Amino acid sequence: MNPEKALMTQEPDARASDVSDAPDATASDVPATAATGVHARIDVSGVVSGQRPEAGTVFECAEVDVYYGDFRALRDVSLDVAEHGVTALIGPSGCGKSTFLRCFNRMNDLIEGARVEGTVNYYGVDLYQDEVDPVEVRRRVGMVFQKPNPFPKSIYDNIAYGPRLAGVKRSALDDVVEGSLTRAALWDEVKDRLKMSAYGLSGGQQQRLCIARAIAVQPDVVLMDEPCSALDPIATGRIEELIAELKTEYTIIIVTHNMQQAARISDMTAFFSVQANEMGHRTGELVEYAPTSLIFTNPDDPRTEAYITGRVG
Amino acid sequence: MTPDHLTAADLQTSLGRRIRSQTVRWLFMGAAAVTVLVSALIIWTVASGAWTFISQVEFTRLTDIGWFPRRGLFDLTTLLVNSAQISVIAMAVAVPSGFGAAFYLSEYAHPRVRRVMKPTLELLASVPSVVLGVFAISFITPSILTNFFSEINFFNKLAAGIAVGLLVIPLIASISEDALRAVPQALREASAGLGARRVTTSIRVVLPAAMSGLMAATIVGFSRAIGETMVVTIASGGGDTSLYNLSLFESGGTLTSAMAALGLGTDQVAGNNLAFQSLFFLGALLFAMTLVLNMVGDVIVRRLQNRY
Repeated sequence: MNPEKALMTQEPDARASDVSDAPDATASDVPATAATGVHARIDVSGVVSGQRPEAGTVFECAEVDVYYGDFRALRDVSLDVAEHGVTALIGPSGCGKSTFLRCFNRMNDLIEGARVEGTVNYYGVDLYQDEVDPVEVRRRVGMVFQKPNPFPKSIYDNIAYGPRLAGVKRSALDDVVEGSLTRAALWDEVKDRLKMSAYGLSGGQQQRLCIARAIAVQPDVVLMDEPCSALDPIATGRIEELIAELKTEYTIIIVTHNMQQAARISDMTAFFSVQANEMGHRTGELVEYAPTSLIFTNPDDPRTEAYITGRVG
Repeated sequence: MTPDHLTAADLQTSLGRRIRSQTVRWLFMGAAAVTVLVSALIIWTVASGAWTFISQVEFTRLTDIGWFPRRGLFDLTTLLVNSAQISVIAMAVAVPSGFGAAFYLSEYAHPRVRRVMKPTLELLASVPSVVLGVFAISFITPSILTNFFSEINFFNKLAAGIAVGLLVIPLIASISEDALRAVPQALREASAGLGARRVTTSIRVVLPAAMSGLMAATIVGFSRAIGETMVVTIASGGGDTSLYNLSLFESGGTLTSAMAALGLGTDQVAGNNLAFQSLFFLGALLFAMTLVLNMVGDVIVRRLQNRY
């Protein structure tokens, strides 16, 4: 399937055919996964990958500006995101890293008055051209939010929500739910209470549920906006392990306030900073983007060094 | 700075200030007591009048051909059926448009549109019910309903029900909109992030999450519809006398319009003391019904209490 065409489809069926193939794969994968602990990529995008313009690059961002009304929140960000890796966005509060994250699945569209300029290419397709339907983008680029936000529904219905939208058949849902919860390392804890409210879970479990919910729709990319900031260190540890496992299957972009976390889990790190103009408006900008090991040992920019060594921020 | 000798007297308030604060306290308490006292008086008056009626009336008179209090015929079925018919029509009008308006304002409308539309909606709530009653007989029946139903009576339950519905729309829309807007934005984002369209998010996430508020809106609306007096008195007629019939195209008195007619107190009503007492009986009935409705509403709301 041509990705450009796929993104523009208005028909849910087009995508549904993709996903409804998947449960069979999931079903046969689950026992193996459980036994070996190896998480095999369920490849529903095999056809797509043949036409990718540049192998290994998911997003190419060029000169991205984000405005809220007249106020420019983010200036001139250009960076590429590699496939099957973890890219961390770090920086002080108000530097626009969450704003930037929300450009990757057009989540900023939901904010009244928000406007994105520049180009965000997803496998070569500009996500901000008129023909692109943000709903189709979000089925491929999933999101996990800062505060766990399960629906006030059962655990099962939380996971099944996305697949149902995508047209997965009722008979296949059980397998999708089990597969997603297994991959989110939550299955063993909840398998006996799938019909109970998701609100009965602890904060850490809720966040893993949200991750399971995000991957249940078989996205290519998972965006995470400070997924551990509302969690205690033990729950944080579990999410970090999970991210390390998920990156074999998904491209992950994560915003974090915790520099140790970025150092532990990411392959690439983007450091954002914020500058106030003479009017007092604070605009975020990308200072440095490099392999994580380099950012934390030998950063190019003195501002990065000041931040990561704790002298600023 | 630390004081050398601190005694309790240094920390005492002046007598005048203490008296003033006590006086204010008693004034407020008096105001609160008046409302309780008035409620108790109303209940006592209505209940004792109702008791006089129920203890003297022959029970066979409570089921008859219709509501003719001056002739001693107190068929309750007539009034209850008419009240129910009109309220159901009103809800059939008010619930879809009230919910629709609430969903539009909360989920779709641009803030600028909402700033104009919300007050407009609330303006409809401030239309006096007597105006809507006149609107029913001067417009709804002659200009609209007669085009569809040639045999319709000038005073009819259908027009009354529609007009009561119009009256209740803003109430339902306003409570529903508050309920929808109370649903956390995080849930909408979660849904959008999974590739849900706005309509899907509205129906599958926002609607269930706001269910208790929407139920509350419906029940409050129903309670308001069944208690509405002026619109039905004008538009449906039949308050003073009313023959039992099920047709929506005919006039028919309701609990409230019968009370209004009795309350106007002609000599004939005063002459037949039971007719006058029936006013209190109807009042007690209406009061009990709205009380039960509100309690049911409360239970439903608590059972569906938002879990987010």
